[in-house]
Amino acid sequence: MHFSHVLKSKKIALSLILGVFLTFCTCKTFATQAEHAPETEQPAHTEGGHEEAFNPSEVILEHIADSHSIHLWGTASIALPVILYTDKGLEVFSAANFEHGHKDFAGKHYTYRLVKDKVAIVEGTDNLLPAATVLSLNKKLIDFSITRNVVSMWMSMLIIFIIFLSVSSAYKKREGKAPKGLQSFIEPIIMFVRDDIARPNIGYKYERFMPLLLTVFFFIWVNNLIGLVPFFPGGANLTGNIAVTFVLAFITLVVVNINGNKYYWKHIFAPDVPVWLYPIMWPVELVGIISKPFALMIRLFANITAGHIIVLSLISLIFVFKAASVSLVSVPFVVFMDVLELLVAALQAFIFTLLTALFIGTAIEEHHH
Amino acid sequence: MELVTPEIGLVFWTSVSFFILFIILAKFAWKPIMGAISERERSIEDALLKAEAAKDEMARLTNENDALLKQARAERDLILKEAKVLKDQIVADAKDNAQKEGARMIELARIEINNLKAIAMADVKNQVASLSLEIAEKVLRKQFEDSSKQDALVADLLKEVKL
Repeated sequence: MHFSHVLKSKKIALSLILGVFLTFCTCKTFATQAEHAPETEQPAHTEGGHEEAFNPSEVILEHIADSHSIHLWGTASIALPVILYTDKGLEVFSAANFEHGHKDFAGKHYTYRLVKDKVAIVEGTDNLLPAATVLSLNKKLIDFSITRNVVSMWMSMLIIFIIFLSVSSAYKKREGKAPKGLQSFIEPIIMFVRDDIARPNIGYKYERFMPLLLTVFFFIWVNNLIGLVPFFPGGANLTGNIAVTFVLAFITLVVVNINGNKYYWKHIFAPDVPVWLYPIMWPVELVGIISKPFALMIRLFANITAGHIIVLSLISLIFVFKAASVSLVSVPFVVFMDVLELLVAALQAFIFTLLTALFIGTAIEEHHH
Repeated sequence: MELVTPEIGLVFWTSVSFFILFIILAKFAWKPIMGAISERERSIEDALLKAEAAKDEMARLTNENDALLKQARAERDLILKEAKVLKDQIVADAKDNAQKEGARMIELARIEINNLKAIAMADVKNQVASLSLEIAEKVLRKQFEDSSKQDALVADLLKEVKL
């Protein structure tokens, strides 16, 4: 297939190596900036506090993390609904009530405050508790808000629905004919997932797992791509959020273990070792069950988050040095990183799906002695 | 630490959304798409197999044709050979006949010549005989004048004449 050919290409490999090299370079600059950040903050406050000092690590982490509003441009932003499940009951209100964290909001059950873009309960309206204390009170509430990431996920789902339902109808309309338009773009990718991911790793039973693999592949890929768009429809760091990768990895964990056959379980609970070793083997094997999806979770999270951090760090350089001329250097690097991230977006979707298929394959593999 | 702590809210929404995405795509996208692709693959494979079969059939027909042509050619050669043999035989026969006929005619001619020669000889002999008789008459007439001499001469002549 064309796709696998691209992945094997020497040029791509070269740019990957370059990219990794560059990642280390930029991470270093990022680290040094973070160290210097508090120092630059101090004089700004003494000057009168009207001009806040630029703190790159804060800005970057704010972009990486989830939020209760979607920033559009300048001061314009969309406030998202806040849904809280507290020990006294459900609470729904708009995040606009917080006025970007400048105001507390008195709800039905508690008074809430936005601390570092997280909702916390304030005990006593006059008492301005330090952030750490407020956060520790979070045990009382579970935040089910429609956050920036949730909105981004729904938009990507909408895109996925539009693409695949139209492609699916194209298959119905042009039955038995050669693919055309969007269909001919999507079909090789589906074939790639089938012929290069599912079939070689799962074997002849692959068909049962195709819907899951395809959904996971396109969900990760589309969300990776949307995450690369810096303005409104994108801007969220969905696949670089540990909660999302946790869910995806958990699905893999469940699917693998539900479909595990007797050989799989025998390998875990009755491996070919002396019986007295079983007490050692069982914990090791159980850790093995967990660690495989755990690695999936961390890999996707780290890759996507790292990409975002690098791009944001390069952009931050301009503001750190307070010189537009820095953009002559950092913008080409950002462009380079974005192109690399395009590859990483597809690559991570591919790797996640491939490893899921591999784990399923080992779980349903039949041993013929 | 905050970055690597999954938020329950997002876990919940991701699970719900992914479940919905999976159900809808599985039912309305993957099922028809995979079905259509495998159906088309099957039809393409079928068509390829058919093409292969047609090719084989074609090859078989060509082979058959070749065999037929070869056979026809062999037959033609055989016929031509036989015709040649026949022709040679006819020519040889004709030659033989002609030779025999010629020989027979020559033989006939020789016999005829011999016959004619014999007839001619007989004629000559007759004429010689009559001439001799005339001569003998004339001689006899002359000899008759002397009778003794006549007798002697006749006897002598008769003795000499030999056929």
